[in-house]
Amino acid sequence: MTSQASPETLSPPITVVGPIAWLRQNLFSGWVNGLITVLIGAALLWLVLQVGQWAATEARWSVVTNNLRLFLIGQFPADQSWRVWLNLAIVSVLAGLSAGVYGQATRALAITLAACQLILAVLMIISPLGFLPALALSLNAAFVMGGFLVGLRGLIPRRPIAYAWLISLPISFLLLNGMGGTPLPSISTNTWGGLLLTVLIAVVGILLSFPLGVLLALGRRSQLPMVRILSTGYIEIIRGVPLVTILFMADIILPLFLPGEWRLDRVARAMGGVVLFSAAYVAENVRGGLQAIPSGQIEASQALGLSTTQMNLFIVLPQALRSVIPANVGLFISLLKDTTLVTIIGLMEVLGIGRAVLAQPESFGAYLEVYVFVAAVFFVLCYAMSQASYRLERALGVGTR
Amino acid sequence: MTPEPRPSTAASVPPWRDARVLRVAAQVLVLVIVGVLVAFMVRNLMTAMSDRNLGFGFSFLNRSAGFDISESPIPYSSTDTYAKAFLVGLLNTLFVSFLGIILATVLGVVVGVARLSPNWLLRRITSAYVELMRNTPLLVQLVLIYFAVLLQLPSVAQTLSLPGSIFLNQRGVFVPGPQVGPNLPVWLGFVVAGIGVLVVARRFAKRREDAGRPIRGMRALGWLGLLALVAIGWIVAAPVTFDPPVRDRFNFSGGLALSPEFTALLVGLVLYTAAFIGEVVRGGIQAVRQGQLEAARALGLSEGDTLRLIVFPQALRIIVPPLTSQYLNLAKNSSLAVAIGYPDLFKVGQTMANQTGQPVPVIILIMGTYLAISLATSLVMNIYNRRVQVLER
Repeated sequence: MTSQASPETLSPPITVVGPIAWLRQNLFSGWVNGLITVLIGAALLWLVLQVGQWAATEARWSVVTNNLRLFLIGQFPADQSWRVWLNLAIVSVLAGLSAGVYGQATRALAITLAACQLILAVLMIISPLGFLPALALSLNAAFVMGGFLVGLRGLIPRRPIAYAWLISLPISFLLLNGMGGTPLPSISTNTWGGLLLTVLIAVVGILLSFPLGVLLALGRRSQLPMVRILSTGYIEIIRGVPLVTILFMADIILPLFLPGEWRLDRVARAMGGVVLFSAAYVAENVRGGLQAIPSGQIEASQALGLSTTQMNLFIVLPQALRSVIPANVGLFISLLKDTTLVTIIGLMEVLGIGRAVLAQPESFGAYLEVYVFVAAVFFVLCYAMSQASYRLERALGVGTR
Repeated sequence: MTPEPRPSTAASVPPWRDARVLRVAAQVLVLVIVGVLVAFMVRNLMTAMSDRNLGFGFSFLNRSAGFDISESPIPYSSTDTYAKAFLVGLLNTLFVSFLGIILATVLGVVVGVARLSPNWLLRRITSAYVELMRNTPLLVQLVLIYFAVLLQLPSVAQTLSLPGSIFLNQRGVFVPGPQVGPNLPVWLGFVVAGIGVLVVARRFAKRREDAGRPIRGMRALGWLGLLALVAIGWIVAAPVTFDPPVRDRFNFSGGLALSPEFTALLVGLVLYTAAFIGEVVRGGIQAVRQGQLEAARALGLSEGDTLRLIVFPQALRIIVPPLTSQYLNLAKNSSLAVAIGYPDLFKVGQTMANQTGQPVPVIILIMGTYLAISLATSLVMNIYNRRVQVLER
């Protein structure tokens, strides 16, 4: 794209003037279009009225607000819940800093994070959870903002933030899992649930499957036939079966494959299944990135006398991985949606909590309220991330450089 | 350039720097690692299975299943074998996937075209639909349709009736069922005759074109002949009649009864996949270059001919590969039926694993079957893909 348009590529002159002209052009350009507009408009109006009336008068939203804690963190012990909020605070600060320093797509993510926490804070005030968690969440939103402002000043260089993200992972794990000591007593993963579990499974799934996926992608393009066959076989088998069967296998068969004394809890087994599953999809994404590298790059590195390992590490992967980031964000979105399947093997992520809530006698029959809320939670998260990924794609200039 | 004596013999290269040796060594190393890993897992499996008295083998397939399956395209009772129960599950999966693929394709094409409509409202509505479907989990959509909509329908006594003899109640959806009449061969005869007319017309048109004296509309006439014969045959022979469901005292009989589970699964899969197919179709149409359209107009092609001869063939080439993966996704996603109790392959398999106490062979069977379905689907679509692709030089 050049900045100056040549005379031939100038956009056509704007012909629409005023709202009436806009209406005529976009809604009533012909009798067919006019008919479509009227029909759809009527149907839409009816639908909005019906849904609005239901949501405002009939729906028992108290079923959702009364169980908000369950939806957010499951059975996580109440007196230890500060650990979740602290964790969220760390993520908020880092997200804010990154948004300030890196800009672009991270900015959209940080805004979403802050907005989600503010929405939750409002929901909490009307729920029995009360004022304190709401305050904590609003504070977190402020952290995002503060981090953003600090990052924007350029006081903090880029690299330490990346390291901070890396360090935050084990810290998060320790905070949630505990160390068995007095400040942080161990918390059984059986109590993890709700949105916490959903996000954890998806994040662990994408992070751990990434190295495995890169190895598989390299293996699939390897010159060594044995390596190629094994990698291709793994990728194609995993991609050919549904995630449910893999989770089922991870839940029932994986323990049989390990020595009897290695006891994996349910959450770890589900995470293992998700990692094995998404590694195959990461591998296909990375393969796409590898294929996009001009062969001149590989020939040049060979001409310079680099070994295969050096070539992959310093020439091929840095270029390939950058171009597959948007695709991997897309994968993360579908992984986040797919975590709902762990309810089938009995874990309590958001949908599982929804089912448990519906089993309470006081929420009898409130299917629509609960499931609409669950769907809304996923919609907000996934839509925000897909918008961020779209921006990231443009920021990284995939396909244009 | 002074000719250096190059070390040309293999003997002068030490084996740890010889590329050929290294290649073999690396592969052997990988094989050994994988082999050790597999041996380790199999050994653990053997110990675990002998500890827990789990058997391994497929002999249980011949034993009586002893569980009922709520719906089945073939006669099945709980005294039938596990193999037959598995077959029922497979047929249910194939049935819902096949129907889902057809309906999702139709809806998806409509959505994709609607997203390019000049009508602003239509564009907005379809794009909202696509975003809503793509950003919420299919499983949530399925349980919402099943528990919050279909199971909340009125009881049989207060059945909702829709025009066209369609009835909705808690027990499912009742629609007129197709009944194949005795006159089917008569109608098929009409169809064959119509195809004959078309072939003759096309051959004639081709001959005249080759001779440089084309007749306008000869092909269209052939198609018209085919359609007319098929329609006349349909009216004359009435090969398929639709039998409306009839209300009894407590339920409906006749017609086609769709269980709430099946309906929820089908509707959920179709709505979800159609959103993705809509995006694929939109992308495909948009990828056809503007110049192609302008060239077609410059050549004087009509609007319909432009779409049929210029846009669709090119868009199809772009659409088919991603469409294939959507079909595969739909077939795999049908396994979510387990959450709403439709007896598909996975659900039946899960019951089998629980009852026989032999989860390992059952899961191998389930995964192998899904793999076979995926491979068969991609094979068919690859053949189709090869047909629509341009032969490149």
